[in-house]
Amino acid sequence: MTKHRFSQHALSDWMKGEGPESEIVISSRIRIARNLRNQPFPMLATNQQSKDVMEQLTEVSQSGKLKSIGRFETILLSEISELDKRVLVEKHLISPNLANESRCGAVILSDNESVSIMINEEDHLRIQCLYPGFQIQEAWSLASGIDDIFEEAADYAFDEKRGYLTTCPTNVGTGIRASVMMHLPALVLTSQINRILSAVTQVGLAVRGLYGEGSEALGNLFQVSNQITLGQSENEIIDNLYSVARQIIEHEKAARKRLMEDSRLRIEDRVKRSYGILSYASIMDSKEAAQRLSDVRLGADLGILSNVTPQVLNELLVMTQPGFLQQTFNEKMSPEQRDFRRAELIRKQLRGETDYGGA
Amino acid sequence: MFCQECGKKPATLHFTKIVNGEKTEFHICESCAREKGESIPGAPNSFSIHSLLSGLLDFEHIAGSNIGGIKQPTLRCEECGLTYAQFSKIGRFGCSSCYREFAEKLDPLLKRVHLSTVHTGKIPKRSGGQIQCKREIEQLRRDLQSKVEHEEFESAAQLRDRIRELERKIADL
Repeated sequence: MTKHRFSQHALSDWMKGEGPESEIVISSRIRIARNLRNQPFPMLATNQQSKDVMEQLTEVSQSGKLKSIGRFETILLSEISELDKRVLVEKHLISPNLANESRCGAVILSDNESVSIMINEEDHLRIQCLYPGFQIQEAWSLASGIDDIFEEAADYAFDEKRGYLTTCPTNVGTGIRASVMMHLPALVLTSQINRILSAVTQVGLAVRGLYGEGSEALGNLFQVSNQITLGQSENEIIDNLYSVARQIIEHEKAARKRLMEDSRLRIEDRVKRSYGILSYASIMDSKEAAQRLSDVRLGADLGILSNVTPQVLNELLVMTQPGFLQQTFNEKMSPEQRDFRRAELIRKQLRGETDYGGA
Repeated sequence: MFCQECGKKPATLHFTKIVNGEKTEFHICESCAREKGESIPGAPNSFSIHSLLSGLLDFEHIAGSNIGGIKQPTLRCEECGLTYAQFSKIGRFGCSSCYREFAEKLDPLLKRVHLSTVHTGKIPKRSGGQIQCKREIEQLRRDLQSKVEHEEFESAAQLRDRIRELERKIADL
Protein backbone atom coordinates (compact mmCIF):
# COMPACT_ATOMS: atom_id res chain seq x y z
CA MET A 1 0.00 0.00 0.00
CA THR A 2 1.40 3.37 -0.95
CA LYS A 3 2.07 5.82 1.82
CA HIS A 4 0.40 9.15 1.39
CA ARG A 5 1.75 12.44 2.55
CA PHE A 6 -1.28 13.15 4.74
CA SER A 7 -0.62 10.15 6.96
CA GLN A 8 3.10 10.88 7.39
CA HIS A 9 2.88 14.47 8.54
CA ALA A 10 0.58 15.89 11.15
CA LEU A 11 0.97 19.41 9.89
CA SER A 12 -1.68 20.80 7.55
CA ASP A 13 -1.63 24.43 6.51
CA TRP A 14 -4.56 25.23 8.81
CA MET A 15 -2.54 24.12 11.86
CA LYS A 16 0.30 26.58 11.38
CA GLY A 17 -1.19 28.95 13.90
CA GLU A 18 -0.95 31.85 11.47
CA GLY A 19 -3.49 34.27 10.09
CA PRO A 20 -5.52 37.11 11.59
CA GLU A 21 -6.81 36.65 15.17
CA SER A 22 -5.05 33.30 15.35
CA GLU A 23 -4.85 33.47 19.15
CA ILE A 24 -8.63 32.91 19.22
CA VAL A 25 -9.66 31.64 15.79
CA ILE A 26 -7.92 28.35 15.03
CA SER A 27 -9.30 27.90 11.53
CA SER A 28 -11.87 29.10 9.01
CA ARG A 29 -13.66 26.69 6.71
CA ILE A 30 -15.96 26.85 3.70
CA ARG A 31 -17.76 23.81 2.37
CA ILE A 32 -19.75 23.91 -0.88
CA ALA A 33 -22.19 21.11 -1.79
CA ARG A 34 -22.93 20.42 -5.46
CA ASN A 35 -24.61 17.65 -7.46
CA LEU A 36 -24.64 16.59 -11.09
CA ARG A 37 -27.86 17.16 -12.97
CA ASN A 38 -28.29 13.79 -14.64
CA GLN A 39 -27.35 11.37 -11.88
CA PRO A 40 -29.35 10.33 -8.81
CA PHE A 41 -27.87 11.59 -5.53
CA PRO A 42 -25.26 9.23 -3.97
CA MET A 43 -27.76 7.69 -1.55
CA LEU A 44 -29.84 6.22 -4.39
CA ALA A 45 -27.15 5.82 -7.06
CA THR A 46 -26.23 2.36 -8.31
CA ASN A 47 -22.61 1.30 -7.99
CA GLN A 48 -22.12 1.95 -11.71
CA GLN A 49 -23.63 5.44 -11.44
CA SER A 50 -21.42 6.23 -8.45
CA LYS A 51 -18.42 5.04 -10.40
CA ASP A 52 -19.37 7.25 -13.37
CA VAL A 53 -19.72 10.28 -11.10
CA MET A 54 -16.36 9.56 -9.53
CA GLU A 55 -14.66 9.22 -12.92
CA GLN A 56 -16.28 12.34 -14.33
CA LEU A 57 -15.34 14.49 -11.36
CA THR A 58 -11.80 13.16 -10.85
CA GLU A 59 -11.18 13.88 -14.52
CA VAL A 60 -11.83 17.57 -13.85
CA SER A 61 -9.07 17.48 -11.26
CA GLN A 62 -6.61 16.51 -14.00
CA SER A 63 -7.47 19.67 -15.92
CA GLY A 64 -4.91 22.43 -16.16
CA LYS A 65 -7.17 24.92 -14.39
CA LEU A 66 -7.11 23.12 -11.05
CA LYS A 67 -3.34 22.71 -11.35
CA SER A 68 -2.99 26.48 -11.47
CA ILE A 69 -4.25 26.54 -7.86
CA GLY A 70 -1.79 23.99 -6.56
CA ARG A 71 -0.68 20.39 -6.69
CA PHE A 72 -3.43 17.87 -6.08
CA GLU A 73 -3.50 14.19 -5.27
CA THR A 74 -6.55 12.00 -5.86
CA ILE A 75 -7.15 9.33 -3.24
CA LEU A 76 -9.76 6.62 -3.70
CA LEU A 77 -11.28 5.64 -0.36
CA SER A 78 -11.36 2.00 -1.44
CA GLU A 79 -7.58 1.99 -1.78
CA ILE A 80 -6.57 3.21 1.67
CA SER A 81 -6.72 1.51 5.06
CA GLU A 82 -9.33 2.13 7.75
CA LEU A 83 -6.60 3.78 9.80
CA ASP A 84 -5.71 6.16 6.96
CA LYS A 85 -9.38 7.11 6.65
CA ARG A 86 -9.50 7.83 10.35
CA VAL A 87 -6.41 10.03 10.12
CA LEU A 88 -8.02 12.01 7.28
CA VAL A 89 -11.11 12.55 9.44
CA GLU A 90 -9.04 13.61 12.43
CA LYS A 91 -7.21 16.16 10.29
CA HIS A 92 -10.60 17.49 9.14
CA LEU A 93 -9.73 16.67 5.52
CA ILE A 94 -12.68 14.34 4.95
CA SER A 95 -16.00 13.89 6.74
CA PRO A 96 -16.89 10.80 8.80
CA ASN A 97 -19.68 10.24 6.27
CA LEU A 98 -17.19 9.94 3.39
CA ALA A 99 -14.94 7.66 5.44
CA ASN A 100 -17.65 5.28 6.61
CA GLU A 101 -20.64 5.37 4.30
CA SER A 102 -19.58 6.37 0.80
CA ARG A 103 -19.57 4.15 -2.27
CA CYS A 104 -16.92 5.00 -4.84
CA GLY A 105 -15.83 7.79 -2.54
CA ALA A 106 -12.73 9.82 -3.33
CA VAL A 107 -10.93 12.88 -2.07
CA ILE A 108 -8.83 15.27 -4.11
CA LEU A 109 -6.34 16.82 -1.74
CA SER A 110 -4.07 19.81 -2.27
CA ASP A 111 -0.51 19.27 -1.07
CA ASN A 112 -0.74 21.88 1.70
CA GLU A 113 -4.05 20.25 2.68
CA SER A 114 -5.97 23.52 2.59
CA VAL A 115 -8.26 22.22 -0.16
CA SER A 116 -10.05 18.89 -0.02
CA ILE A 117 -12.61 17.97 -2.62
CA MET A 118 -14.84 15.07 -1.63
CA ILE A 119 -16.64 12.95 -4.20
CA ASN A 120 -19.70 10.81 -3.51
CA GLU A 121 -20.17 12.03 0.01
CA GLU A 122 -23.80 12.86 0.87
CA ASP A 123 -23.67 14.97 -2.31
CA HIS A 124 -21.72 14.20 -5.48
CA LEU A 125 -19.25 16.99 -4.88
CA ARG A 126 -18.17 18.75 -1.73
CA ILE A 127 -15.48 21.38 -2.00
CA GLN A 128 -13.80 22.27 1.27
CA CYS A 129 -11.28 25.04 1.92
CA LEU A 130 -9.67 25.24 5.32
CA TYR A 131 -7.53 28.24 6.27
CA PRO A 132 -5.64 29.03 9.46
CA GLY A 133 -6.93 31.93 11.57
CA PHE A 134 -9.85 34.21 10.79
CA GLN A 135 -9.89 34.12 6.96
CA ILE A 136 -13.42 33.14 6.09
CA GLN A 137 -13.68 35.47 3.08
CA GLU A 138 -10.40 34.17 1.67
CA ALA A 139 -11.61 30.59 2.08
CA TRP A 140 -14.82 31.49 0.26
CA SER A 141 -13.11 33.07 -2.73
CA LEU A 142 -10.84 30.05 -3.18
CA ALA A 143 -13.75 27.60 -2.81
CA SER A 144 -15.90 29.61 -5.21
CA GLY A 145 -13.09 29.62 -7.79
CA ILE A 146 -12.78 25.83 -7.56
CA ASP A 147 -16.56 25.59 -7.87
CA ASP A 148 -16.32 27.56 -11.14
CA ILE A 149 -13.69 25.15 -12.48
CA PHE A 150 -15.93 22.16 -11.84
CA GLU A 151 -18.98 23.97 -13.24
CA GLU A 152 -17.19 24.52 -16.55
CA ALA A 153 -16.88 20.77 -17.02
CA ALA A 154 -19.97 19.37 -15.27
CA ASP A 155 -23.71 20.13 -15.49
CA TYR A 156 -24.81 21.02 -11.99
CA ALA A 157 -28.24 20.30 -10.56
CA PHE A 158 -29.47 23.88 -10.29
CA ASP A 159 -32.98 25.24 -10.09
CA GLU A 160 -33.86 28.86 -10.70
CA LYS A 161 -36.06 29.05 -7.61
CA ARG A 162 -34.32 26.65 -5.21
CA GLY A 163 -30.71 27.21 -6.25
CA TYR A 164 -28.15 24.41 -6.04
CA LEU A 165 -30.03 21.18 -5.28
CA THR A 166 -28.64 19.01 -2.49
CA THR A 167 -29.49 15.65 -0.93
CA CYS A 168 -30.45 17.22 2.38
CA PRO A 169 -32.92 20.14 2.33
CA THR A 170 -30.81 21.84 5.02
CA ASN A 171 -28.12 22.55 2.40
CA VAL A 172 -30.23 23.62 -0.58
CA GLY A 173 -29.81 27.07 -2.17
CA THR A 174 -26.24 28.22 -1.86
CA GLY A 175 -25.05 24.81 -0.62
CA ILE A 176 -22.46 26.51 1.56
CA ARG A 177 -21.51 25.91 5.12
CA ALA A 178 -19.12 28.50 6.50
CA SER A 179 -17.57 27.88 9.88
CA VAL A 180 -14.94 29.22 12.23
CA MET A 181 -13.25 27.18 14.95
CA MET A 182 -12.71 29.30 18.05
CA HIS A 183 -10.85 28.74 21.29
CA LEU A 184 -12.89 30.46 24.02
CA PRO A 185 -11.41 29.53 27.41
CA ALA A 186 -11.97 32.90 29.07
CA LEU A 187 -15.66 32.97 28.17
CA VAL A 188 -15.97 29.46 29.65
CA LEU A 189 -14.03 30.37 32.82
CA THR A 190 -16.14 33.46 33.40
CA SER A 191 -19.38 31.49 32.73
CA GLN A 192 -20.43 33.78 29.90
CA ILE A 193 -20.28 31.13 27.21
CA ASN A 194 -23.85 29.80 27.47
CA ARG A 195 -25.35 33.25 27.26
CA ILE A 196 -23.27 34.10 24.21
CA LEU A 197 -23.81 30.80 22.44
CA SER A 198 -27.57 30.88 22.93
CA ALA A 199 -27.58 34.39 21.46
CA VAL A 200 -25.60 33.07 18.51
CA THR A 201 -28.16 30.36 17.78
CA GLN A 202 -30.87 33.00 17.61
CA VAL A 203 -29.29 34.70 14.61
CA GLY A 204 -29.34 31.65 12.38
CA LEU A 205 -25.94 30.23 13.39
CA ALA A 206 -25.13 26.87 14.96
CA VAL A 207 -22.48 25.96 17.52
CA ARG A 208 -20.79 22.58 17.59
CA GLY A 209 -17.74 20.85 19.03
CA LEU A 210 -14.38 20.19 17.38
CA TYR A 211 -15.52 17.28 15.23
CA GLY A 212 -18.80 18.68 13.93
CA GLU A 213 -22.38 17.63 14.39
CA GLY A 214 -23.04 15.87 17.68
CA SER A 215 -19.49 16.17 18.98
CA GLU A 216 -18.71 17.56 22.41
CA ALA A 217 -17.04 20.95 22.82
CA LEU A 218 -13.81 19.54 24.25
CA GLY A 219 -10.93 21.79 25.13
CA ASN A 220 -13.03 24.97 24.94
CA LEU A 221 -13.10 24.71 21.15
CA PHE A 222 -16.29 25.81 19.49
CA GLN A 223 -17.25 25.67 15.85
CA VAL A 224 -19.68 28.39 14.80
CA SER A 225 -21.39 27.95 11.43
CA ASN A 226 -24.36 29.15 9.37
CA GLN A 227 -27.60 27.17 9.54
CA ILE A 228 -29.44 28.89 6.73
CA THR A 229 -28.39 28.20 3.15
CA LEU A 230 -31.46 29.42 1.24
CA GLY A 231 -32.74 32.96 0.75
CA GLN A 232 -29.44 34.65 1.62
CA SER A 233 -26.59 35.20 -0.78
CA GLU A 234 -23.19 33.68 -0.05
CA ASN A 235 -21.85 37.10 0.86
CA GLU A 236 -24.70 37.76 3.27
CA ILE A 237 -24.11 34.37 4.92
CA ILE A 238 -20.38 35.00 5.24
CA ASP A 239 -20.78 38.61 6.41
CA ASN A 240 -23.26 37.48 9.05
CA LEU A 241 -20.91 34.79 10.34
CA TYR A 242 -17.97 37.18 10.14
CA SER A 243 -19.61 39.90 12.19
CA VAL A 244 -20.93 37.49 14.83
CA ALA A 245 -17.53 35.79 15.11
CA ARG A 246 -15.90 39.22 15.34
CA GLN A 247 -18.14 40.05 18.32
CA ILE A 248 -17.34 36.74 20.02
CA ILE A 249 -13.62 37.47 19.53
CA GLU A 250 -14.03 40.86 21.21
CA HIS A 251 -15.92 39.29 24.14
CA GLU A 252 -13.22 36.65 24.54
CA LYS A 253 -10.48 39.30 24.45
CA ALA A 254 -12.29 41.41 27.06
CA ALA A 255 -12.79 38.34 29.26
CA ARG A 256 -9.08 37.44 29.00
CA LYS A 257 -8.10 40.96 29.91
CA ARG A 258 -10.39 40.94 32.91
CA LEU A 259 -9.11 37.56 34.05
CA MET A 260 -5.54 38.86 33.94
CA GLU A 261 -6.48 41.98 35.89
CA ASP A 262 -8.67 40.33 38.53
CA SER A 263 -7.17 36.89 38.99
CA ARG A 264 -3.77 36.80 37.40
CA LEU A 265 -2.27 34.41 39.96
CA ARG A 266 -5.10 31.93 39.62
CA ILE A 267 -4.74 31.88 35.84
CA GLU A 268 -0.97 31.53 36.04
CA ASP A 269 -1.37 28.69 38.50
CA ARG A 270 -3.90 26.93 36.30
CA VAL A 271 -1.78 27.28 33.17
CA LYS A 272 1.44 26.15 34.84
CA ARG A 273 -0.21 23.20 36.57
CA SER A 274 -1.55 22.00 33.27
CA TYR A 275 1.82 22.53 31.61
CA GLY A 276 3.51 20.61 34.42
CA ILE A 277 1.07 17.72 34.16
CA LEU A 278 1.37 17.51 30.39
CA SER A 279 5.17 17.62 30.67
CA TYR A 280 5.42 14.77 33.18
CA ALA A 281 2.26 12.65 33.26
CA SER A 282 2.43 8.99 32.21
CA ILE A 283 -1.26 8.48 31.50
CA MET A 284 -3.39 11.02 29.66
CA ASP A 285 -6.92 10.42 28.41
CA SER A 286 -8.25 12.46 25.52
CA LYS A 287 -10.63 14.53 27.60
CA GLU A 288 -7.96 15.60 30.08
CA ALA A 289 -5.51 16.23 27.24
CA ALA A 290 -7.99 18.54 25.53
CA GLN A 291 -8.62 20.52 28.72
CA ARG A 292 -4.92 20.79 29.68
CA LEU A 293 -3.91 21.75 26.16
CA SER A 294 -6.56 24.47 26.26
CA ASP A 295 -5.01 25.83 29.46
CA VAL A 296 -1.53 25.77 27.93
CA ARG A 297 -2.79 27.48 24.78
CA LEU A 298 -4.34 30.22 26.89
CA GLY A 299 -1.06 30.52 28.78
CA ALA A 300 0.87 30.89 25.54
CA ASP A 301 -1.58 33.52 24.25
CA LEU A 302 -1.38 35.52 27.49
CA GLY A 303 2.42 35.41 27.55
CA ILE A 304 2.54 33.24 30.69
CA LEU A 305 4.34 30.48 28.80
CA SER A 306 6.91 31.58 26.25
CA ASN A 307 8.28 28.24 25.05
CA VAL A 308 5.11 26.78 23.47
CA THR A 309 4.04 27.77 19.98
CA PRO A 310 0.46 27.69 18.65
CA GLN A 311 1.65 25.36 15.89
CA VAL A 312 2.75 22.73 18.41
CA LEU A 313 -0.62 22.95 20.14
CA ASN A 314 -2.60 22.67 16.90
CA GLU A 315 -0.54 19.67 15.89
CA LEU A 316 -1.10 18.08 19.30
CA LEU A 317 -4.83 18.59 18.88
CA VAL A 318 -4.72 16.26 15.89
CA MET A 319 -1.81 14.02 16.90
CA THR A 320 -3.44 12.99 20.19
CA GLN A 321 -6.53 11.63 18.41
CA PRO A 322 -6.84 7.81 18.44
CA GLY A 323 -6.18 7.26 14.72
CA PHE A 324 -3.17 9.52 14.55
CA LEU A 325 -1.63 8.00 17.69
CA GLN A 326 -1.80 4.54 16.15
CA GLN A 327 -0.34 5.89 12.92
CA THR A 328 2.52 7.64 14.73
CA PHE A 329 3.54 4.65 16.84
CA ASN A 330 2.69 2.20 14.07
CA GLU A 331 0.76 -0.18 16.29
CA LYS A 332 -2.80 -1.11 17.15
CA MET A 333 -3.72 0.12 20.63
CA SER A 334 -6.36 -0.50 23.26
CA PRO A 335 -7.82 2.66 24.85
CA GLU A 336 -5.47 2.21 27.85
CA GLN A 337 -2.42 1.87 25.66
CA ARG A 338 -3.52 5.00 23.81
CA ASP A 339 -3.56 6.91 27.10
CA PHE A 340 0.10 5.90 27.75
CA ARG A 341 1.16 6.75 24.22
CA ARG A 342 -0.77 10.02 24.27
CA ALA A 343 1.06 11.06 27.44
CA GLU A 344 4.39 10.05 25.89
CA LEU A 345 3.72 11.93 22.68
CA ILE A 346 2.69 15.11 24.49
CA ARG A 347 5.79 14.97 26.73
CA LYS A 348 8.08 14.62 23.75
CA GLN A 349 6.29 17.18 21.62
CA LEU A 350 6.44 19.80 24.38
CA ARG A 351 10.18 19.14 24.67
CA GLY A 352 10.56 19.52 20.92
CA GLU A 353 11.48 15.87 20.30
CA THR A 354 9.96 14.37 17.20
CA ASP A 355 11.27 10.81 17.12
CA TYR A 356 8.62 8.36 18.25
CA GLY A 357 10.36 5.16 17.27
CA GLY A 358 7.33 4.15 15.23
CA ALA A 359 6.37 4.86 11.63
CA MET B 1 -38.12 16.23 43.74
CA PHE B 2 -39.39 12.77 42.83
CA CYS B 3 -40.27 11.52 39.39
CA GLN B 4 -43.79 12.47 38.33
CA GLU B 5 -44.26 9.13 36.60
CA CYS B 6 -43.15 6.45 39.02
CA GLY B 7 -42.87 8.55 42.17
CA LYS B 8 -40.00 6.33 43.34
CA LYS B 9 -36.76 7.61 41.86
CA PRO B 10 -35.51 11.19 42.04
CA ALA B 11 -36.35 13.26 38.98
CA THR B 12 -33.13 13.91 37.10
CA LEU B 13 -34.57 15.17 33.82
CA HIS B 14 -36.56 18.35 33.57
CA PHE B 15 -38.40 19.12 30.37
CA THR B 16 -40.18 22.23 29.28
CA LYS B 17 -42.40 21.68 26.27
CA ILE B 18 -43.95 24.57 24.46
CA VAL B 19 -46.63 23.49 21.99
CA ASN B 20 -48.62 26.26 20.31
CA GLY B 21 -47.63 28.66 23.07
CA GLU B 22 -48.83 26.32 25.80
CA LYS B 23 -46.13 25.52 28.32
CA THR B 24 -45.95 22.17 30.11
CA GLU B 25 -43.23 20.96 32.47
CA PHE B 26 -42.15 17.42 33.24
CA HIS B 27 -39.87 16.23 36.01
CA ILE B 28 -39.05 12.57 35.56
CA CYS B 29 -36.35 10.00 36.23
CA GLU B 30 -34.14 8.62 33.53
CA SER B 31 -35.80 5.22 33.19
CA CYS B 32 -39.29 6.70 32.88
CA ALA B 33 -38.00 9.19 30.34
CA ARG B 34 -36.69 6.36 28.22
CA GLU B 35 -40.06 4.63 28.38
CA LYS B 36 -41.87 7.80 27.46
CA GLY B 37 -39.53 8.17 24.52
CA GLU B 38 -38.44 11.69 25.37
CA SER B 39 -35.13 12.37 23.78
CA ILE B 40 -32.26 12.68 26.18
CA PRO B 41 -29.54 15.00 24.96
CA GLY B 42 -26.31 13.10 24.55
CA ALA B 43 -27.99 9.69 24.72
CA PRO B 44 -27.75 7.43 21.65
CA ASN B 45 -31.37 8.08 20.71
CA SER B 46 -31.02 11.85 20.88
CA PHE B 47 -32.05 14.19 18.09
CA SER B 48 -30.07 14.22 14.91
CA ILE B 49 -30.66 16.83 12.30
CA HIS B 50 -32.40 14.23 10.15
CA SER B 51 -34.81 13.06 12.83
CA LEU B 52 -35.51 16.68 13.63
CA LEU B 53 -36.24 17.33 9.97
CA SER B 54 -38.49 14.34 9.62
CA GLY B 55 -40.35 15.67 12.67
CA LEU B 56 -41.05 18.84 10.72
CA LEU B 57 -42.18 16.81 7.74
CA ASP B 58 -44.42 14.55 9.81
CA PHE B 59 -46.29 17.59 10.99
CA GLU B 60 -47.76 17.83 7.50
CA HIS B 61 -48.54 14.18 7.49
CA ILE B 62 -50.56 14.46 10.69
CA ALA B 63 -52.38 17.55 9.51
CA GLY B 64 -53.32 15.76 6.26
CA SER B 65 -54.58 12.60 7.93
CA ASN B 66 -57.13 14.54 9.97
CA ILE B 67 -59.29 15.32 6.96
CA GLY B 68 -62.04 12.72 7.31
CA GLY B 69 -59.61 9.85 6.97
CA ILE B 70 -59.34 10.32 3.19
CA LYS B 71 -56.15 8.68 1.95
CA GLN B 72 -54.19 10.82 -0.44
CA PRO B 73 -52.57 9.11 -3.44
CA THR B 74 -48.92 8.24 -2.91
CA LEU B 75 -46.66 11.07 -4.01
CA ARG B 76 -43.66 9.57 -5.79
CA CYS B 77 -40.71 10.98 -7.72
CA GLU B 78 -41.00 9.69 -11.30
CA GLU B 79 -37.26 9.92 -11.80
CA CYS B 80 -35.78 7.99 -8.86
CA GLY B 81 -38.85 6.34 -7.31
CA LEU B 82 -38.51 7.90 -3.87
CA THR B 83 -41.92 8.47 -2.25
CA TYR B 84 -42.74 11.54 -0.22
CA ALA B 85 -43.40 9.27 2.76
CA GLN B 86 -39.85 7.86 2.48
CA PHE B 87 -38.45 11.35 2.09
CA SER B 88 -40.20 12.52 5.24
CA LYS B 89 -38.75 9.57 7.14
CA ILE B 90 -35.12 10.01 6.09
CA GLY B 91 -35.09 13.75 5.37
CA ARG B 92 -33.09 13.32 2.17
CA PHE B 93 -33.94 13.64 -1.50
CA GLY B 94 -33.11 10.89 -4.00
CA CYS B 95 -32.33 13.04 -7.04
CA SER B 96 -32.64 16.58 -8.36
CA SER B 97 -36.11 15.83 -9.81
CA CYS B 98 -37.49 15.18 -6.30
CA TYR B 99 -37.45 18.95 -5.79
CA ARG B 100 -39.82 19.35 -8.75
CA GLU B 101 -42.01 16.33 -7.96
CA PHE B 102 -42.50 17.30 -4.31
CA ALA B 103 -42.62 21.02 -5.09
CA GLU B 104 -46.07 21.68 -3.62
CA LYS B 105 -45.00 20.29 -0.25
CA LEU B 106 -41.63 22.00 -0.03
CA ASP B 107 -42.47 25.61 0.68
CA PRO B 108 -43.62 25.08 4.30
CA LEU B 109 -40.63 22.83 5.00
CA LEU B 110 -38.04 25.19 3.51
CA LYS B 111 -39.63 28.12 5.27
CA ARG B 112 -39.26 26.37 8.61
CA VAL B 113 -35.64 25.39 7.97
CA HIS B 114 -34.38 28.49 6.16
CA LEU B 115 -37.11 31.11 6.78
CA SER B 116 -37.18 31.48 3.02
CA THR B 117 -38.05 29.48 -0.10
CA VAL B 118 -36.16 31.22 -2.90
CA HIS B 119 -32.45 31.15 -3.77
CA THR B 120 -30.76 34.54 -4.09
CA GLY B 121 -27.11 33.51 -4.22
CA LYS B 122 -24.61 32.36 -6.81
CA ILE B 123 -25.72 31.19 -10.25
CA PRO B 124 -23.80 28.71 -12.45
CA LYS B 125 -21.84 30.75 -15.01
CA ARG B 126 -22.24 28.45 -17.98
CA SER B 127 -25.92 27.50 -17.71
CA GLY B 128 -27.17 30.43 -15.68
CA GLY B 129 -26.90 33.35 -18.16
CA GLN B 130 -30.65 33.54 -18.62
CA ILE B 131 -31.35 33.44 -14.89
CA GLN B 132 -28.85 36.26 -14.38
CA CYS B 133 -30.77 38.38 -16.94
CA LYS B 134 -34.13 37.58 -15.35
CA ARG B 135 -32.85 38.62 -11.94
CA GLU B 136 -31.54 41.87 -13.33
CA ILE B 137 -34.88 42.56 -15.02
CA GLU B 138 -36.74 41.97 -11.74
CA GLN B 139 -34.46 44.43 -9.98
CA LEU B 140 -34.87 46.99 -12.79
CA ARG B 141 -38.67 46.64 -12.65
CA ARG B 142 -38.61 47.42 -8.94
CA ASP B 143 -36.40 50.45 -9.60
CA LEU B 144 -38.71 51.54 -12.41
CA GLN B 145 -41.74 51.34 -10.10
CA SER B 146 -40.09 53.62 -7.55
CA LYS B 147 -38.95 56.10 -10.24
CA VAL B 148 -42.51 56.33 -11.55
CA GLU B 149 -43.84 56.85 -8.04
CA HIS B 150 -41.39 59.71 -7.56
CA GLU B 151 -42.29 61.07 -11.01
CA GLU B 152 -38.70 60.79 -12.27
CA PHE B 153 -39.86 59.96 -15.76
CA GLU B 154 -36.60 60.55 -17.57
CA SER B 155 -34.65 57.92 -15.62
CA ALA B 156 -37.72 55.67 -15.69
CA ALA B 157 -37.55 55.71 -19.49
CA GLN B 158 -33.89 54.71 -19.38
CA LEU B 159 -34.72 51.79 -17.11
CA ARG B 160 -37.54 50.76 -19.44
CA ASP B 161 -35.12 50.69 -22.39
CA ARG B 162 -32.63 48.61 -20.43
CA ILE B 163 -35.38 46.12 -19.50
CA ARG B 164 -36.40 45.79 -23.18
CA GLU B 165 -32.79 45.21 -24.14
CA LEU B 166 -32.43 42.40 -21.57
CA GLU B 167 -35.71 40.84 -22.65
CA ARG B 168 -34.45 40.70 -26.23
CA LYS B 169 -31.23 39.13 -24.96
CA ILE B 170 -33.17 36.39 -23.14
CA ALA B 171 -35.20 35.67 -26.28
CA ASP B 172 -31.92 35.21 -28.18
CA LEU B 173 -30.38 32.84 -25.64
